[in-house]
Amino acid sequence: MRSNLGFFSDEKFRSIFFQTLVVGLFALGLFFVITTTSYNLEKRNIATGWSFLQNPAGFDISFSPFLEFKSTDTHLKVYFVGVLNTLLVSITGCIAATILGFILGIVRLSSNWLLSRLVYIYVEFSRNVPLLLQIILWYSILIQLPRVKQSLQVLDVFYISNRGLYSPRPIFESGFSYVSIAIVLALISSFLINRWAKKRQDKTGQQFPVFSSSIGLIFIVPLILFFILGSPLSFEHPELKGFNFKGGLVIRPEFIAMFLALSIYTAAFISEIVRAGIMSVSKGQREASAAIGLKQTWIMRLIIIPQALRVIVPPLTSQYLNLTKNSSLGIAVGYADLVHGFGGISLNQTGQAIECMAIVMATYLSISLTISFFMNIYNRSIQFKEK
Amino acid sequence: MNEMNEVRKPPVATTGIIGWLRINLFFNWTNSLITLFVVYCLYQFIPWILDWTIFSADFKYNYLGEQITNQEMCSRNLDPENGGACWAVIYVRFYQFIYGFYPKVEVWRVNLAYIMLAFALLPLLYAKLPYRKYFLYFTYIFPVIAYFLLNGGLGFTEVSTNKWGGLLVTLVLGCTGIALAFPIGIMLALGRRSKLPVISMMCTLFIEFIRGVPLITLLFFGMVMLPLFLPEGIDMDGLVRVLVAVTLFQSAYMAEVIRGGLQAIPPGQYEAAKSLGMSYWRMNLLIILPQAIRISIPPIVNTSIGLFKDTTLVIIVGILDLLGIGRGTLADTNWLGLSYEIYFFVSLVFFIFTFGMSRYSLYLEKKLKTGINMGAD
Repeated sequence: MRSNLGFFSDEKFRSIFFQTLVVGLFALGLFFVITTTSYNLEKRNIATGWSFLQNPAGFDISFSPFLEFKSTDTHLKVYFVGVLNTLLVSITGCIAATILGFILGIVRLSSNWLLSRLVYIYVEFSRNVPLLLQIILWYSILIQLPRVKQSLQVLDVFYISNRGLYSPRPIFESGFSYVSIAIVLALISSFLINRWAKKRQDKTGQQFPVFSSSIGLIFIVPLILFFILGSPLSFEHPELKGFNFKGGLVIRPEFIAMFLALSIYTAAFISEIVRAGIMSVSKGQREASAAIGLKQTWIMRLIIIPQALRVIVPPLTSQYLNLTKNSSLGIAVGYADLVHGFGGISLNQTGQAIECMAIVMATYLSISLTISFFMNIYNRSIQFKEK
Repeated sequence: MNEMNEVRKPPVATTGIIGWLRINLFFNWTNSLITLFVVYCLYQFIPWILDWTIFSADFKYNYLGEQITNQEMCSRNLDPENGGACWAVIYVRFYQFIYGFYPKVEVWRVNLAYIMLAFALLPLLYAKLPYRKYFLYFTYIFPVIAYFLLNGGLGFTEVSTNKWGGLLVTLVLGCTGIALAFPIGIMLALGRRSKLPVISMMCTLFIEFIRGVPLITLLFFGMVMLPLFLPEGIDMDGLVRVLVAVTLFQSAYMAEVIRGGLQAIPPGQYEAAKSLGMSYWRMNLLIILPQAIRISIPPIVNTSIGLFKDTTLVIIVGILDLLGIGRGTLADTNWLGLSYEIYFFVSLVFFIFTFGMSRYSLYLEKKLKTGINMGAD
């Protein structure tokens, strides 16, 4: 039943024909979109190009912990504030979600029926209610906290009110840079000690107290240096003046709501991943390690977790990606992240939708790609190595 | 010797309720301590939540017996000591939560569409349905019927989509998004695995781009950029623009799930189909896709759950879905301050849908595990 189309039955010809057809259609579509868009833009008097980035923004951003922001600053600075805020909530959220998720995943496997059921209920509720709803709910709880004048005090230094959490702001004096240098050096050297100790143990079987020596290096050495230099660190306490606090470090309720909702929502997913990972390690591994007389905590740390991580890390990566993308929901509660600050307010002020959205999308793409890149490196380092 | 053969009963301590309690709750003293602590917390929490949600709550009337029409009449606002939740807000605004601002005269059309949706889903969810074939024909034409029924035309008066809202919008977005994303996802998955380099590259780029950006940016794209791309005179409806964004988003995720299914098909299946002289499309339609989709149904349901939850994002671009109606109600001075009641209700509705879907996916997973034996031959 060969068709008699002749050359059209030739696979090579057909492949080239279809691909040129697709490319041609795509180019035609692109040309059409570009011409109509430029016509539409001209008609609506919308400027094009990137010069708007240098224009003053003309609005204030309430939460910008890293950069000082004034309304006379440029849209470019709005973008940087947005990126930093997105990264701040994503990174803190990922860390909290991982810790909470691991704890919950292990508790879910606990032999205590009641405890494991309780975690199950938490997981189901948290996974099955839209994240946006959870963010809005947390925010509505936080802004119903008492007003500034009646704010709750914790340990006399933290103040919790509907304007956020006020805490003392650390002020680093001149000598503190030596302490931070010491901490960095200690981190590097404990990393090197760890590597050396592992190598030595592989060769000779001798163990080295890596954990306690690292603790000593990282905490005690900088602490001693800190006191030798005459404690070059003081705190600026928030003080109630009029209707608001002056000074101190403030964490806005928008950030707290985002942080809580993102980490609690993602932790539910991570706990399921961790549970599946631990369950994927065969029972024989646990029995074998018990048979050679390992302690219960060592079995978990040395045998079960390293094997479970091989199963856990790939889906964990996609949870990190999800959390980062979900941080864009900050717009619902007015958290000045990339989408709200730059993609929302700047876009509305300048009207340059295409440029703004292109920048926002490109930024998210590069954040996503960076996370996948590093998680892939980590994933490769924990996979089975064939010697 | 005889004693050895006699059947010995299991030790009492490991059977029955007491044995179960011993093993699961009081295995050792830390375990017992944890159990007691959890029981104490539950003892504190459960009566309080039951009291707030049910026993002290107002459903339609407050404690004076008056019918509640605004938040000031809620028991807890009249007497802060003794009120619980004020569910009257849900009762009063129930119509808006379910239909939005759909005209009351025409609301039978929405109800009919809801019932028809259930019938259309039946053959998809339950494979052993009698006369499933005929039900499936109905499923195929249901979108057309629903369009005319909800939107108007063919003798029905037109109801513009800005009057739609609440559960109606949530279901329209969820169902249409999933239904449209399915075929597009299949095409993208086939395209990504295609041997033609240009097509495979374009599909890969599209999928990775969509998966790399948040849905909210795609919604903005639909709302602010799409009108710029289209020639004058074509004015797209707001709901349609959102639907385009949601469908694009969902199809990229669907494509990856289906690609996973395609990868699980043993190469022998392709080779056998080709050796029978089947063309690419015949091979995929008759041999590969039926198997691939079958094994990827559980993850398809899981991404669909994700989409269903993500439909709430449309409130950011001003479409009033279930959550949007809830927020709108809260902005009304009559119902100010009832956020817990409203968010509780909206969460519950979403929970019922998504939990149901996830149970269904688990059921399918179990059924598939015992049903087929992929790759063993």
